[in-house]
Amino acid sequence: MRIDAFHVTALAIALLGAAVTIFDLIPVNKFYFFAGYVVLQYVVLATAWNIMGGYMGYVNFGTAGFFAVGAYTSVVLYNLMKAPLILMIPVSGAVCALLGLGMGYLTLRLRGVFFAIATLAMAIVLETLIVNWDYVGGATGAYILRSREIAPFGDYVEFLFFVMLVLAIFAVTVARWIERSKMGRGFAAIRDDEVAAECTGVPTLRLKLVATTVSGFLMGVAGAPFVLYVGFVEPSSAFNLVYAVNSIAMPMIGGATTWLGPLIGALLLGTVQQVATVTISSELNLLIVGGLLVFFVIAAPEGIVGLVRKWRGRGR
Amino acid sequence: MFTVDLLLSALVAGVLLGGFYAAVSLGLTVAFGQLNIVNIAHPAFVILGSYVAYMCNSRWGLDPILVGLAFTPVFFLIGVGAYRIYYESFERRDDEALRGLAFFFGVMFIIEVGLIMVYGVDFRTVQAPYIGQNFKIGAVGVPTRMLVPFCVSLVMFACVYLYMSRTFNGRAIMAVAQDRLALQLMAADPVRIKQLGFGIGIGTTALAGALLIIIIPIEPSIGRLYIGQVFAIAVLAGLGSIPGTLVAALVLGIAESLVATFFGPSWAPAVAFGILLLALAFRPQGLFGR
Repeated sequence: MRIDAFHVTALAIALLGAAVTIFDLIPVNKFYFFAGYVVLQYVVLATAWNIMGGYMGYVNFGTAGFFAVGAYTSVVLYNLMKAPLILMIPVSGAVCALLGLGMGYLTLRLRGVFFAIATLAMAIVLETLIVNWDYVGGATGAYILRSREIAPFGDYVEFLFFVMLVLAIFAVTVARWIERSKMGRGFAAIRDDEVAAECTGVPTLRLKLVATTVSGFLMGVAGAPFVLYVGFVEPSSAFNLVYAVNSIAMPMIGGATTWLGPLIGALLLGTVQQVATVTISSELNLLIVGGLLVFFVIAAPEGIVGLVRKWRGRGR
Repeated sequence: MFTVDLLLSALVAGVLLGGFYAAVSLGLTVAFGQLNIVNIAHPAFVILGSYVAYMCNSRWGLDPILVGLAFTPVFFLIGVGAYRIYYESFERRDDEALRGLAFFFGVMFIIEVGLIMVYGVDFRTVQAPYIGQNFKIGAVGVPTRMLVPFCVSLVMFACVYLYMSRTFNGRAIMAVAQDRLALQLMAADPVRIKQLGFGIGIGTTALAGALLIIIIPIEPSIGRLYIGQVFAIAVLAGLGSIPGTLVAALVLGIAESLVATFFGPSWAPAVAFGILLLALAFRPQGLFGR
């Protein structure tokens, strides 16, 4: 892996995040950390979705299922041994990676729409299991008491913001690396024509398993801190369809074939939603997401990245 | 606790439920099974039908089933319009797989959120003389709120089946996804035929929605629970088989009713998706597929 401007920028953003959250270099209203956390969480989810959906063309409607499994793994760890967040994140990721691997084997028999429907089915089956599992609170939900402050960050929300920032940078770096590696070209071959790819020697099954596992892992780590962020988790909030819609809409709006697409889509749409939730209403912001998704898939299939490319190409 | 009476009641309830499921999934069998259009927003249209019935019932006291019938042509036109957009934006560009799916996903979301904004998230019901009555056959109670939708559903089923198997246009709808060229040689325009078929598919949701709100109180977001049921039935039926849809719907209804009776209602949602996953994994061509 070569080090280039991207990695320098990523490191600079991480350091800036550390500077703001640890040393309080710039006085920032706490609400911005609270809202920023959600936006960064969508960066991770959208990027994770895009590894399968955008690069490989396998639509996953079950993002909410992975996210919730990540969150509930944290609940289990907390109930078992009051595990710290630093342990919750890798374990949640690992559990969801296994789940992703299982989903990858589904692709052996299911392609296209059938795969998409199966992922949705999986999310609902998982939700039913959680609803009926009393150890993690069942349908009524589970509380987690978090400390108000944590050294050296001070406020706990600032700490969570920083953690999510690091996870987002990690996710985008992984996605970018995959896209530019030989693996990424294999993914693109599967997206364009799976049979032809198989015939020309692309190891399609192995690549699909890698994609679903990595994608599942990233969705799991995004869900792990969720319980600490909200303090209370119940099935209907963790399995909320909003996660699935957003993680599809964001890459589609940004542009699904590059790592930049989900990043732009999540930052843009996530911020718009946060602003709309505060200023207008939370229902209306969901309507905006649905409307934008439909508009973009009809009018700009390549998303914002595609629009910019087209515009640049015309200028030349 | 297991008794014969309990088992019989569960079976009767399951058959009645299955008949209703058949009405809900009929439109999807046409759109998804026969036309290859993955209308994931189908249950959302059913909920829209329920709210139309609710609105007319609560404002003017109209019978929900009559409202459903009256709005079938309106929904038919909505379906025709939706197919035009779908065709122009995706099918003609040969781009239906990923973006078409995202399109219907977005439509589903818009319908759901739109209903929440207008009616809120409260559960809504309708009033009709046949709701709330009960009669007994032996020890088995039969609620009329289930029996009436069951009968209406079977009539609707028979009508669509006869149309599809006896008329030229109906047969053309069944043929269009299989062989467009042959259809063109028979002097039928594939796009118009698909438009007609999709219109029929959405048209059935007006009545199915009215039946739904007779059976249970509804709120906008329960539509997505029915995604499992309708797709499980469509896949289990063997895509596009109308008699298969009826059988698959009855199988699912009975399975759900048995699970709800003997394991508790909170497990019922997993039945449809469990059957769907099993069907996809072991018999993707369905019970009646080739």
